Amino acid sequence: MAKLIIKNARVIDPFTDTDDTFDILIEGERVKGVRGKREERRGKREKGKMINAKGLWVIPGLIDIHTHLREPGREDEETILSGTMSALKGGYQAVVCMANTEPPVDNIGIVRYIQEAEKVCDVYPVGAVTKGLKGTELSEIGDLVDAGCVAVSDDGMPIMDSFIMRRALEYCKQFDIPVISHAEDLNLSPGVMNEGIVSTELGLSGIPSCAEEAMIARDILLAKFTKSRLHIAHISTKGSVELIRRAKKEGVNVTCEATPHHFSLTDECVRGFDTNYRINPPLRTEVDRKAIIEGLLDDTIDAIATDHAPHADFEKELEFDQAPSGVIGLETAFACGITYLVKPGFVDIKQLLRKFTLNPAKIFSLPVKGISTGEYANLAIVDPAREWIPQRFLSKSKNSPFIGKNLYGKVLCTLYRGRVYEWKD
Amino acid sequence: MCPDSSEIEGLKRKDLLGVLELEKEEIELILNTAVSFKEILERPIKVVPYLRGKTVAFLFFEPSTRTLNSFSLAARRLSCDSVSVSASSSSVLKGETLLDTAKNLEAMKLNFVVVRHSSPGAPHILAKNLTSSVINAGDGSHEHPTQALLDLLTIKEHFAKFEGLKVLIVGDIEHSRVARSDIWGMKKLGMDVSVCGPPTLIPRDIEKMGVRVYYNLKEAIENKDIIYVLRIQKERQKRGLFPSTREYINLYSITEEVLEKYARRDVVIMHPGPVNRGIEIVPSVADGTRSLILPQVTNGVAVRMACFYLLPGGKRDKREERGEG
Repeated sequence: MAKLIIKNARVIDPFTDTDDTFDILIEGERVKGVRGKREERRGKREKGKMINAKGLWVIPGLIDIHTHLREPGREDEETILSGTMSALKGGYQAVVCMANTEPPVDNIGIVRYIQEAEKVCDVYPVGAVTKGLKGTELSEIGDLVDAGCVAVSDDGMPIMDSFIMRRALEYCKQFDIPVISHAEDLNLSPGVMNEGIVSTELGLSGIPSCAEEAMIARDILLAKFTKSRLHIAHISTKGSVELIRRAKKEGVNVTCEATPHHFSLTDECVRGFDTNYRINPPLRTEVDRKAIIEGLLDDTIDAIATDHAPHADFEKELEFDQAPSGVIGLETAFACGITYLVKPGFVDIKQLLRKFTLNPAKIFSLPVKGISTGEYANLAIVDPAREWIPQRFLSKSKNSPFIGKNLYGKVLCTLYRGRVYEWKD
Repeated sequence: MCPDSSEIEGLKRKDLLGVLELEKEEIELILNTAVSFKEILERPIKVVPYLRGKTVAFLFFEPSTRTLNSFSLAARRLSCDSVSVSASSSSVLKGETLLDTAKNLEAMKLNFVVVRHSSPGAPHILAKNLTSSVINAGDGSHEHPTQALLDLLTIKEHFAKFEGLKVLIVGDIEHSRVARSDIWGMKKLGMDVSVCGPPTLIPRDIEKMGVRVYYNLKEAIENKDIIYVLRIQKERQKRGLFPSTREYINLYSITEEVLEKYARRDVVIMHPGPVNRGIEIVPSVADGTRSLILPQVTNGVAVRMACFYLLPGGKRDKREERGEG
């Protein structure tokens, strides 16, 4: 079997609570040994390909719990193969993909389709809460879970009917999976950007923070009442952080995620009318951005998820209010974490990594382990000091809000089941 | 007196997209140039050759008669050829994107493109993709810079100053590009700006633009030099912004009685047109002695002439070649 040794790496692994210099021996798909300096001297010399990772970090492959892979339906924007390539380049070993494909993941057939598609990292599908994502009738969630769905969500569309949401939360208790809430009261949110001074100056219609908060409050109340598991996707406002912080204190079984763009950027970005800043939930104010960082810091926010949403050029090259919402994120997410969270000193790298690996795995009960003997060699080698500017992507789409921005921390190399992918640019 | 092109420095920018990005000096330059162009409009032969050989395209995605005619006349007075590019529906509905339109316009080798569009930022897309000078003739609720400039010219003519003048803008602030451009321009020239309307038509955080907000018209008009009345744009209103036209009239219509009772005696009334007579303003006020509405229209042509004249009309500045003026 092919052997590989990664030498002198600073291994940072939340799964094993490790942060130390080790050599990692990989044989075939799996890790054969993780050795410190002293053990190495005593042990026999291993033969094989060697990567000297001095000055670099070795981290477990990341897990994205909010990816839109677009296949089936919009293969011009992304396929399961291109999406997982994009993930791999970002240092990911697994993505949890949302159900709003065309047709949506509301039946076993589509789950199987996703599972059988060609891919280069793990893909865990999310099933639709309701048939056709219409918000009116529960899909056969038992079937979906049985086929391998790790959660249910109508992401992209909120479940406006409170009664349906209550029934979904209750029904899912038997499967011990969370219901993911895309929290947005559509009656309050007919706009295209955050409602505030910037939308006022630009004359663009606003999406008020209360459109998100009102539904989060509702869903927290429903989760509390029904004692079920709720996961709230892409929270973006200070009020949302506060609601979830309080709910967690009260013992409500709620988890949540925030995206890199919501802790990195604000609605000020929209001033040039660049549609790569047209996102839903929208980029909010600096006050909200700081609150998101606070929430990550005190663990109100459990995970960082990309909400990777590829869109074709011809759609994004429209007028701001005509363009679809969403940005890609897999290839820039970890660098955003380093650039906007670690570098300014808000969180340390171990805490950041928990949001990218351990916590996502816990929320969706994913069978992911860290870098330890006998486990799959799914890891990334990162140069934490490398400064780079995102330009080209492996994603089929290039609607990134970070194009041209200076980022720090570059994934140099990703290993998935022992296979080495080196990223040149 | 006619502007002597050898003396006047043009605007440094390629495009006129909004008042927000204009420097105070640029606004003053446009207004001063417009003043000298007004003289041309009084001549028996109202044409000068400054823009001979140049071409402007009018690209109006939204219906407009007043603004289009005004621009069209301005171009003609400067001997600038014009072409109307049909754009009756939104580009999305046509199946052609605005970027496609831009590429087509670029291929036509135009000097100016005057665009009106329902989406904020649409002129900015054109400006980025065209070497011609783009003039924003209104983009959604964002900006309408030439309207603000003609308003400022009208104010300048009436008051002979800007500093310290108190203006109240009344009506649908939320959906008004005129309000936004006027607020920026008036603030830059040292005026004191307030807005008034039902709270549902006052956009969030507008105080941060440096204006005072009133909901009560009677309080608001007290001690103002100018009342700028906005058209209640029926086509833009979504349900629920106010209960009825009747109630709007009761609360916010500018009438003789309200003015007599609460306004300064020398207050002047402005309106961007077209007027909804009997709704936001009663006919006797619109047509009365306090009204500057018709001078606004005249000034529109002069200001637009000045904009054509001062903008480079393309990336390469050909002003030197225009020395014959």
